[in-house]
Amino acid sequence: MLIERPQDLPEALEGIGGSPHAVLLAGGTDLMVEVNLAHRRPEAVIALRRVDDLQTWEDGFIGAGVTYARMETGPLPALAELARTVGSPQIRAVGTIGGNLGTASPAGDTLPFLAAIDAEVVLGSRDGQRRLPWHEFLVGPKQTALTPGEVILGVQLPDHIPARQAFAKIGTRQAMVIATVNCCVLRDDDGTTRVAMGAVAPTVMRPREAERLASSEPRPSQAALDEFQRLVSAEVAPISDHRATEQYRRHAAGVLARRTLERCLTP
Amino acid sequence: MIVTLEVNGEPRSAEVAGWESLLWVLRERLGLLGAKDACLQGECGSCSVMLDGALVCACLVMAADVEGAQVSTVEGLASRAGLHPVQRSFVDEGAVQCGYCTPGLVVATAHLLDERPDASHDDIREALSGNLCRCTGYGALVRAVAAARDAAATAIDPAPADGDSEDRS
Ligand SMILES: Cc1cc2nc3c(=O)[nH]c(=O)nc-3n(C[C@H](O)[C@H](O)[C@H](O)COP(=O)(O)OP(=O)(O)OC[C@H]3O[C@@H](n4cnc5c(N)ncnc54)[C@H](O)[C@@H]3O)c2cc1C
Ligand code: FES
Ligand code: FES
Repeated sequence: MLIERPQDLPEALEGIGGSPHAVLLAGGTDLMVEVNLAHRRPEAVIALRRVDDLQTWEDGFIGAGVTYARMETGPLPALAELARTVGSPQIRAVGTIGGNLGTASPAGDTLPFLAAIDAEVVLGSRDGQRRLPWHEFLVGPKQTALTPGEVILGVQLPDHIPARQAFAKIGTRQAMVIATVNCCVLRDDDGTTRVAMGAVAPTVMRPREAERLASSEPRPSQAALDEFQRLVSAEVAPISDHRATEQYRRHAAGVLARRTLERCLTP
Repeated sequence: MIVTLEVNGEPRSAEVAGWESLLWVLRERLGLLGAKDACLQGECGSCSVMLDGALVCACLVMAADVEGAQVSTVEGLASRAGLHPVQRSFVDEGAVQCGYCTPGLVVATAHLLDERPDASHDDIREALSGNLCRCTGYGALVRAVAAARDAAATAIDPAPADGDSEDRS
């Protein structure tokens, strides 16, 4: 196996351009599980943890190398909240937002936040940069629009960040658990509401009808919340797997979205 | 390939296949059998070590990526003067049964108390949430961590520590 350990971004981009099929390594918390289980044996690896440019977090740009440990104490409430639910302290110390995007699991915990806020994924190569809206980057379960020779540089958030934010996740225990359903709700003071649901469709999704309903209600009544819950359950498209059945996920998605919205409504 | 790193303050190098883990390097190449291999999936924490100041699962660290890194393991905690205070309190509180989880827990606890000498009961449970123990039921473990914390506090300030009855219930 060949490994490159670039020290800065130009060196990294040159390396990735020179061996476009090399596997990129960040915290290793997804990749090494596959290697240990012998599902993957990379022939060439480019290790990114020494590249300082990927660690930047400023002006709504979050570098791909930002770890959950940093998100936990960062300024964005929903991102901090979701980071605290990821794995264990050992996983949060090294696991990155770029790795979560790179893996693109339907259950990835950063993805509902990025979808709800309408983040763009910033990709770089030695030929330049491009930005994709989250839904053009996440194209299917474990499938992204990343092309050989490219690296995720980070995510760009819009200028406007809704004040009220909440994240919630259902799993089988309190710690170290992959989401059965996860959810992020963002709400502006004028009522505009964005909702994103994970693990209930091939990729993270926005239940648009439920969003429209919640956005039209400055102070949603119990009946409106009932309808919101019903719409979320109707709009998601889950499957049955070893974690839960389709019916359970559909029901849980509605309940979870409603509770998460309610947390954004309390003064 | 050969990787060169610092382990418990000593320069070491090892011939590795690139995809091997740091855990494999420690156990099979460097003869440090403290960190345990159990799940190899980051779930159990029995392989916990410090890597460049962060608590990590050594099974999830690619060996080829530790070039130039500083690693410390459970073997680095005790000194000629005796056990590390965390090890001492694990013994005193009977927090060890089969012992498989112990090295990882001791490393995680030492890190917690470095970062938060005044760790609360909740801090302790959260900090150890990545370390599974199938024997003790965690009661004795949490008591051992609280005892190590209190012993460190009394070593600095001889006034008796108060308000920890819930840790001992
Ligand atoms: C015990 C355990 C618990 C976990 N719990 C959770 C959880 O609660 N929630 C959750 O969402 N995930 C969880 N995970 C999965 C994992 O920790 C996350 O997906 C994490 O964000 C991966 O980041 P990483 O830096 O470790 O990625 P790596 O493993 O280094 O990489 C993952 C993938 O992304 C690619 N990649 C990494 N960085 C880049 C980049 N800059 N550009 C392009 N591609 C890149 C890699 O090539 C690889 O394909 C858990 C994993 C373990 C082992
Ligand atoms: S062996 Fe590394 S976490 Fe279980
Ligand atoms: S003492 Fe046996 S696993 Fe903890």
